[in-house]
Amino acid sequence: MDIIVVGLSHKTAPVEVREKLAVPESRLGEALCRLCAYPGIKEGILLSTCNRAEVYAVVDQVEEGYARVQEFLADTHLSLSSEQLTPHLYWYTGDHAIGHLFRVAASLDSMVVGEAQILGQLKDAYEVALAHKASGVILNKLVKKAISVAKRVRTETRIAETAVSVSYAAVELAKKIFSDLSEKTVLLVGAGEMAKLAARHLIRNGVRRVLITTRDSHSAVELAKRFDGVPVPFDEFHRELAEADIVLCSTGASHYLIRSEDVQRAVRQRMNRPIFLIDISVPRNIDPVVKDIDNAFLFDIDDLEMRIEHNREERRREAGRAEQLIEQEVDVILHWLKSLEVTPTILALRRRAEEIKQVELEKSLGRLGHLSPEERGVVEGLATAIVNKLLHGSLVTLKAEADSAGGSLFVEAARRFFNLGDASAAERVTDPGRSIGPVPVPGCADTEHESPRQDQGKES
Amino acid sequence: MPVMFLMATMGLYLVGTAFFLAYLLRRSEALSKVGLGLTAAGFLSHTAALATRMMEAGHAPFTSFDEAMSFFSWALVLVFLGVEFRHRIHVLGSFILPLALLSLLSAAALPKAVPTLEPVLKTVWVHVALSMLGTVGFAVAFVAGIMYLIQDGLLKSKRFNVLYAKLPALDFLDRLNQQSILLGFPLLTLGIITGAISAEFARGSYLSWNPEQTWALVTWVFYFVVLVGRITVGWRAKRAAYLTIIGFAGVILTFIGVVVKGHAPVA
Repeated sequence: MDIIVVGLSHKTAPVEVREKLAVPESRLGEALCRLCAYPGIKEGILLSTCNRAEVYAVVDQVEEGYARVQEFLADTHLSLSSEQLTPHLYWYTGDHAIGHLFRVAASLDSMVVGEAQILGQLKDAYEVALAHKASGVILNKLVKKAISVAKRVRTETRIAETAVSVSYAAVELAKKIFSDLSEKTVLLVGAGEMAKLAARHLIRNGVRRVLITTRDSHSAVELAKRFDGVPVPFDEFHRELAEADIVLCSTGASHYLIRSEDVQRAVRQRMNRPIFLIDISVPRNIDPVVKDIDNAFLFDIDDLEMRIEHNREERRREAGRAEQLIEQEVDVILHWLKSLEVTPTILALRRRAEEIKQVELEKSLGRLGHLSPEERGVVEGLATAIVNKLLHGSLVTLKAEADSAGGSLFVEAARRFFNLGDASAAERVTDPGRSIGPVPVPGCADTEHESPRQDQGKES
Repeated sequence: MPVMFLMATMGLYLVGTAFFLAYLLRRSEALSKVGLGLTAAGFLSHTAALATRMMEAGHAPFTSFDEAMSFFSWALVLVFLGVEFRHRIHVLGSFILPLALLSLLSAAALPKAVPTLEPVLKTVWVHVALSMLGTVGFAVAFVAGIMYLIQDGLLKSKRFNVLYAKLPALDFLDRLNQQSILLGFPLLTLGIITGAISAEFARGSYLSWNPEQTWALVTWVFYFVVLVGRITVGWRAKRAAYLTIIGFAGVILTFIGVVVKGHAPVA
């Protein structure tokens, strides 16, 4: 009985292959049922996102399991032959497979290390597997552990703390200028995609008042509806500049829309309250000399990109700490898995019965006083017979069911009934030379769900 | 007894300062927690020092300059602990604790024999306490001003370093600056009035233009202008930060004036 994972991800397969392997949610259940119908596959979970397609399975035999899962993947996507698929696949088993799952859940394997979406996707995949009874004792425990490991990584490292997209970086900077965004006003100049994203993030972070101006007044009205904001006529927006605490500028204009004197006047009118200007247009729409005005803080697209690059590096550093944490957790799971094996359970059960027998015998023999060796033999024989007869049925069943589909379930049940706990520390096998799976390649230029490049301001 | 407690306080603040300064440079929240613990322990020990001193003397222990400085340090840490408790701005400790340590050390270094205030009135300690509490307000404003200028500089030069990550938002620092002055100013005003009254009793004149009184008045006028400027013409943010740093220099000159006056023959 082994845990395996077979799959591909953004690190091993181009999008043309990944998109073919993606299983829509509606068909996930049916695919899982098919997976579990393969001989030798006892449990299975299918994780399918835009960046990865992976099958986690509990199998009787590793090599056979690999082959079956690969067969399954090729069958699911008739347009892909097994030969086409193979070069993109990775196969892991045992601690490597467990480590891989933990790393995926903790978002160490994601395009954007630290992004949060993958955990939700894993939870969804788990729900589907549960609903279709595709997962069992082992995968259930494994996925639950993966989720808790991911949460631990999130709270104990700073992996997800820093902004790695332009819109998040804008919010992060705003928070260093204004401690409370809820009483602040945002002026959105132009309707570039990135500016809209940034505005949405600012609103999510508490900003309540949004002023919107675009050259084409229709789209300003349209956007105002969407953001619950106020449209401002384009040729009048300079007058509103003093009203705005945060100015988000992203238009297709080829000249400076906001000049130094505009900002100077605004700062004066604001009685020197700081004003935060973000210019994400290329070519720039805010005169760069604005950055020299006291109490005006101007950031252009390069400044934000620089900030993001810095944060990415920090995430990579934190990923190292997360790896250590995952290594510990893999050990915990291996320990638990060991306890599910039949032989140690039978041994533990025998030992336990023997202990109880000895204790009770000593008590009774002590109370009976001086018995002849013969009489002692009879009493001891009685105790042994009872214990053995009682255990016999359980042991036979355990041995018989060990290789069946519900084998681990029986073992787990036996351990609970007889209060055997997890495998004792003495049984634990430690192998210091063990590594856990591949180390995530740092420096993915692209991002999984929030791409700084793609949300850059285009044209308004 | 009080001396022992004071020594303990200085020791704790010294180590606490080291931790808080290290916290400025390192990405470790643990450093600030240790620093904070040491500060709290030092504060308790300082409180014990003041209390035992008060029992020994039989009156509030602020009649000599070193006692006044000790009280200043105590109140400064009290305010820091209050702000820390409410806003969890650990980095404030990196700025305030060195200041508290410095004033304690200067109190210890000053000759004890100097009778800076003739205890003509039993209530002369009121003057000292009020002036010192006012000064605490200006000291916090001073620290907020320095932090503001650092954060402003980091944002302007786009240097997003460890310090940038730890310093709070600009408008928080500006508000802290404003509120500290708003609190300090009326206290100093009352301090000056009670001082003038005790001067009248001691020397027969409210105002004798000695260095202490002169600098106290200059400081008072300065902060008055700063406050009015903020409300009327928007002297806030960077300008307010600069002004409060200059103002605190005035406060220090007043202190020096007190020491000088203490040595000079009383007019």
